[in-house]
Amino acid sequence: MYNLLVGGAAGQGVDTTVAILERLLKQSGCGVYAMRDLMSRIRGGHNFSRIRFGAGTPKNHSERLDGIIALNEETIAIHLENLQPNGFILCDNAILTEDHRAIKLDMAVIAKELGNPRVAGSVAIGAGLKLFGIPMDLTQVHGVFEKSVKAEYVDINVKAVQAGYDRVPQKFKHAGGDYADHMIISGNKALALGALAAGLQFYSAYPMSPSTSIMEYLALKSDEAGILVEQAEDEIAAVNMAIGASFTGARAMTGTSGGGFSLKVEALGLSGMTEIPLVLVNVQRPGPVTGFPTRTEQGDLRFMISASQGEFPRMVIALRHHEDAFYQTIRAFNLAEKYQIPVILLSDQYLADSTATIPVMDPRKIVLYEPEDEKQDDYARYRYTDSGISPRKFPGTRDGFVTADSDEHDEHGHIVEDSETRIRMMNKRMGKMHQIAQELQEPELLGDQEPEVLLLGWGSMYGPLEEAASLLNQKGGKRYGALVFGDVWPLPQQLLKQTAASAKAIINVEQNYSGQLASLICEVTGIRTDCSILKYDGRQLCGEEIAARISKEGF
Amino acid sequence: MSEHVFNTYETAWCPGCGNFSILDCLKGALEDLKKDPHDVLIAAGIGQAAKIPQYISVNSFCGLHGRAVPPAVAAKMVNQKLTVIIDSGDGDSYGEGGNHFIHNIRRNVDIAHFIHDNQVYGLTKGQASPTSDEGAITDIQVDGSQNIPFNPVLMAISAGAGFVARSFSGNPLHLKEMMKRAIKFKGYALVDILQPCVSFNKVNTFAWYKQRVYELDQTHDAANRLVAMERSMEFGDRIPIGVLYERQQPTYHEKHNVLKNEQVLVGRRNDPALIERYLQELV
Ligand SMILES: Cc1ncc(C[n+]2csc(CCOP(=O)(O)OP(=O)(O)O)c2C)c(N)n1
Repeated sequence: MYNLLVGGAAGQGVDTTVAILERLLKQSGCGVYAMRDLMSRIRGGHNFSRIRFGAGTPKNHSERLDGIIALNEETIAIHLENLQPNGFILCDNAILTEDHRAIKLDMAVIAKELGNPRVAGSVAIGAGLKLFGIPMDLTQVHGVFEKSVKAEYVDINVKAVQAGYDRVPQKFKHAGGDYADHMIISGNKALALGALAAGLQFYSAYPMSPSTSIMEYLALKSDEAGILVEQAEDEIAAVNMAIGASFTGARAMTGTSGGGFSLKVEALGLSGMTEIPLVLVNVQRPGPVTGFPTRTEQGDLRFMISASQGEFPRMVIALRHHEDAFYQTIRAFNLAEKYQIPVILLSDQYLADSTATIPVMDPRKIVLYEPEDEKQDDYARYRYTDSGISPRKFPGTRDGFVTADSDEHDEHGHIVEDSETRIRMMNKRMGKMHQIAQELQEPELLGDQEPEVLLLGWGSMYGPLEEAASLLNQKGGKRYGALVFGDVWPLPQQLLKQTAASAKAIINVEQNYSGQLASLICEVTGIRTDCSILKYDGRQLCGEEIAARISKEGF
Repeated sequence: MSEHVFNTYETAWCPGCGNFSILDCLKGALEDLKKDPHDVLIAAGIGQAAKIPQYISVNSFCGLHGRAVPPAVAAKMVNQKLTVIIDSGDGDSYGEGGNHFIHNIRRNVDIAHFIHDNQVYGLTKGQASPTSDEGAITDIQVDGSQNIPFNPVLMAISAGAGFVARSFSGNPLHLKEMMKRAIKFKGYALVDILQPCVSFNKVNTFAWYKQRVYELDQTHDAANRLVAMERSMEFGDRIPIGVLYERQQPTYHEKHNVLKNEQVLVGRRNDPALIERYLQELV
């Protein structure tokens, strides 16, 4: 595995450079993982990406660096301490640095000579490829630029890559790998594609980092796919629109981050009360309030489980990695439709903005939940049934009238105030939770399958924990395993109880201040953890850091 | 049940409430327009007015206080075959739901928005609403409302609404006509309905309105926006009722690439071949 950092000021094209570089690395066979560290500004500041690549498929970043592509001096100053002794700094001649590992190139001059100063980044890409021993394949380079830039700029960029490539020596051996036929996809894109595969027809949202790229991707495809993507006037409108669309018979989703979710809370209860299926996405960022707009945290677990007044059935699924984001989004739609409940997908900036190589999914193999549409005489939207699930019809049906009421209501959806109906309706709605409990997916046990030291985590801590367990196990000595939860509400307990019973120590690893998973587990099962590894500075823990901290704690 | 008959049911309104006449007019308007009740969706928020969808045989959506418009608009977006009407109070539509009111005028989805404007919050027992008169005394506004009254019709015209009317629950013939025209109008259509609240508004009573309202006649140029705005500002000794402003403009659906071909999104699934292509784009 190699680790390369590309850094510069906002507006210098770090993101574009990385998007092209990661594709070319993957095209050469490598498995790639790239995380993005962005500042909440349009110009200036310091933005960077860490690209990890090699013969396997990395699932989290590393702090260690084999190379730095520095688009400005600040990048070198900030990241030099992580550069390996045999690493390199690739930068323009104009950048001042005394470091002997610097490889300076006249990128700006070369770009100007080629006819466009803006292709300097592509010169760096070419040089970077050569330094890591990536064979030059012009057709591939051409293909990647065709997908990324306007047609008229393809040739000049390819020339710039070639120019950079020719001007530096090879430094490292090609890392190998067999992933050229894989996709490279961000967490948000995987989620959006999952929604499309699940039959999404209506997406309404109000822009908020780090959720906005879901809406951007869906908007890009909306005309062709024939779906609606609506930018609402506020998050309250967004969620109420999605509920209205779903009520009328279109599969609907709404997405935001914590601040927007706070505004959606009343309508979350509306979906529960009126039994209108709804998928809500919360891409977490550090809170409270505006917090760190472009950074990561797992601070909303408790909030998602308890948001809104009153009691109603809901499900909360935390997305663990890129493939998971795709499949769990489909599952969220299926569960929402089947049980007529709100399902919350809990992601975070680390997963949302990072990209990874994963195998191409087969959309034909996906099974969508399709209820039977039987003719009903005297149709009642909230008919009491054994399962508590009433037949769903849409306005326009000739079988009767379709109703929704946020007041407590009878089978026909009309306001009532009597205690008997209230109790029956509460039991009908809450009873669905028993069936949902049967559909829960147990957390995944990574590392040793009979661990002495059990690590607990959830959501995007999957990749870091997988690596942490593996690093700790490599040391010899104790056996380490990590249980990583995807379904967090209701909380699956079977595997947890089993592994906890035989573990000598239990440690929760979370990207928040108070250890929300640990407290939830304790509340539900009585199981307590012996130590917490927590981080709440908006920067994701990586496997190496977790392993080091666990060792330091003496476990 | 005959195809175009709308049944109404027992209500929980106070005797003498303006809502009864509004419900009758709504039923009459829908029947006159030969609507099939199964193709009609009435959405409301929460309030006394907002109970109206419960009292008539149609598809109904009674959601959150202030949030009647977003679900109604979305319903029409995904199924344009439906006739979608919003019936709600002035507190619901102009107060709690003010942002949706403004921005859905701009969206111009083909819906009719009927507002029971009784100048108070009825269900919560008579507090000031956005349209309460300056000086109106309530249990909360004990020294009289200090705020400048909201002018919904002026607001709607200035925000770009294509159909803006005012009517009075005490003039059912007029009200039914306004409702019919609003439902038929292509695009967002507002009817602000002056409605006495017998329990909590002892000033703006039936007699108070009766004395003041007058019907706009042929001489009013409803196609002229400035003229319409000027008329909209008349609210005092004389209050004009009728279509203040009417101008056809492209609707949300007519402008939308997906919806302009009368596409209905209900029950639709996406083509797996398309998803496959999107996935391949990432290889
Ligand atoms: C979020 C929220 N806030 C407040 C209320 C309480 N509430 C219900 S109806 C209403 C006002 C109703 O006034 P209006 O919309 O004018 O209708 P009316 O009852 O006068 O017909 C209020 C404040 C609520 N149900 N939900």
